[in-house]
Amino acid sequence: MTKRPIHRRFPIHIVVFLSPAVLIYSLFMIYPLLDSLRLSFFTTLPDNSETFAGFQNYILLFTDSNYAPRFWGALKNNVIFFLVHMLVQNPIGLLLASLLASGGRGRKFYRTILFMPTVLSVVIIGFIWNLILSPLWGVTEGLLKLVGLERLFQPWLGIESTALVTISLISVWQFVGIPMVLFYAALIGIPEELIEAARVDGASGWHIFWHIKFPLILPTVGIVGILTFVGNFNAFDLIYTIKGALAGPNFATDIMGTLFYRTFFGQQLQLGNPTMGATVAAMMFLIILSGVLAYMVFWQRRVQTVEM
Amino acid sequence: MKALAVNPSEYSKRLNLLYYLQLGLTQMIPHLILSAYSILAIVPILMILVNSFKNRNAIFSHPFQFPNPETFSLIGYETVFSRSNFVQNFTNSLIVTGVSLLFILLIGSMAAFALSEYNFRGNSLVSLYLSIGIMIPIRLGTVSLLRLMVNLGLVNTLTGLIVVYIAQGLPLTIFILSQFMRQVPKELKDAARIDGASEYHIYLMVLPLVRPALGAIGIFTMIPIWNDLWFPLVLAPSSKTATITLGVQQFLGQFVSDWNAVLASLSLAMVPILILYLIFSQQMIRSITAGALK
Repeated sequence: MTKRPIHRRFPIHIVVFLSPAVLIYSLFMIYPLLDSLRLSFFTTLPDNSETFAGFQNYILLFTDSNYAPRFWGALKNNVIFFLVHMLVQNPIGLLLASLLASGGRGRKFYRTILFMPTVLSVVIIGFIWNLILSPLWGVTEGLLKLVGLERLFQPWLGIESTALVTISLISVWQFVGIPMVLFYAALIGIPEELIEAARVDGASGWHIFWHIKFPLILPTVGIVGILTFVGNFNAFDLIYTIKGALAGPNFATDIMGTLFYRTFFGQQLQLGNPTMGATVAAMMFLIILSGVLAYMVFWQRRVQTVEM
Repeated sequence: MKALAVNPSEYSKRLNLLYYLQLGLTQMIPHLILSAYSILAIVPILMILVNSFKNRNAIFSHPFQFPNPETFSLIGYETVFSRSNFVQNFTNSLIVTGVSLLFILLIGSMAAFALSEYNFRGNSLVSLYLSIGIMIPIRLGTVSLLRLMVNLGLVNTLTGLIVVYIAQGLPLTIFILSQFMRQVPKELKDAARIDGASEYHIYLMVLPLVRPALGAIGIFTMIPIWNDLWFPLVLAPSSKTATITLGVQQFLGQFVSDWNAVLASLSLAMVPILILYLIFSQQMIRSITAGALK
């Protein structure tokens, strides 16, 4: 457990062990995060020097006719992106996990296949679905024809009203493996005696799941929720791959990550603006931080009292 | 178990046809759902792989057929190898991922050892400080990170990418490894200390004992680094330093109408990860289910 220091001097080996990690982490992670927050309160003058501007960047972002519609639009789309994951990805993950955890043959095989898309690059997944949903190739239309539903086919990725949900579902398709594996781990951790006792008492599978298993895996439900939240409000790759930085059609798929990239690096007619980019990043930081804090304060505490 | 012995009638009651019918159904339905979803998960990937070996006409006219002697073609792969920097990109990815991983495990295990082994003032403060990065994505500091890299002369270098990935990988690695290291029996370490081993020797002694955890963390840190698009795009977009993920993204942008080349480059980018995954998948999933990533 502990090694009692003989001298009052701070033991040198602890410094040796800790300093590489602390230095690299501080220089390339903590410093950029803090400095970026600082930059969000500055503005660039024409001579390229920076001057303190208070909350001016934030006011611009929330109210300016150039920035505000993009910001609120991206925020709204990001909320939709997140909700699709919470309502589709995580319930499917839970369903698959409980089917896997109930045993039966071929469990390993299913597990391997179901997790496979998760390990591939988002860039690859984006292109794969771009091709498969493309009217040019006609694969999806062909499949729908088999079941007589070809009338339903539309180039979903290109239509303003369906593009965002389609992309969200592609992301769900890819990442359903993560909640699945986490739920699976929690479910097989439940003591068998508990389930057996309930079964002998005549409880149905449905009842056992919702009244015994689900309350026991609530901590994992929270972890899956917060991981989804952080991942979604930090997403970028998929939309950039499928739709580019402009997140078309007509910004219908624009989320915080693509807005950040465009604001920082610029786009077609607009020059990049580092301090405004830092402001968008600061908003993402605030959103993610409040999600994490809400999770720690409300969910973790509540779940602990339930467990007691 | 007790209830089983007390209640034998309950079991004899169930021994009838209806029971077996119900049992059969309840076992069929999970298999049906799981196999349906497995098909959904794998067919898109297979479609790309299979069609990458066909000529252009066959890709469009018979997308669901396997290549036959008439439709077989490697034209896409030829285009990829002659027109893209595939080999260079692949090497870059190998270097970046390999070196980052090595340092994450080395530096991370050293810090985890210090935090789990010694009670010193500020231990919990350092632990808390290091765990901020588990939840807050490093991406949000990109504006300043790019400036820092410009000042350090690390833009468009693999070193620049590597240090960022090390910083990104450390928090979770330290968090998980210190939990594992706490489980190493104290007697083992104290015995070595009595024999006169230095603290550095003790660290080297503990390291092999947490090898399974190192393996699991290795796989889980490797995949996001290999697959990352953001930092290669922002910090090292030059053709000499582009990783495979960025290289494929740029190549596909240029050759978007050359379906053979698109399918071939997607397949080439997928196959290494898929092979690695198929080798390590059981170990990987087992390591999560063992609670390694709680």
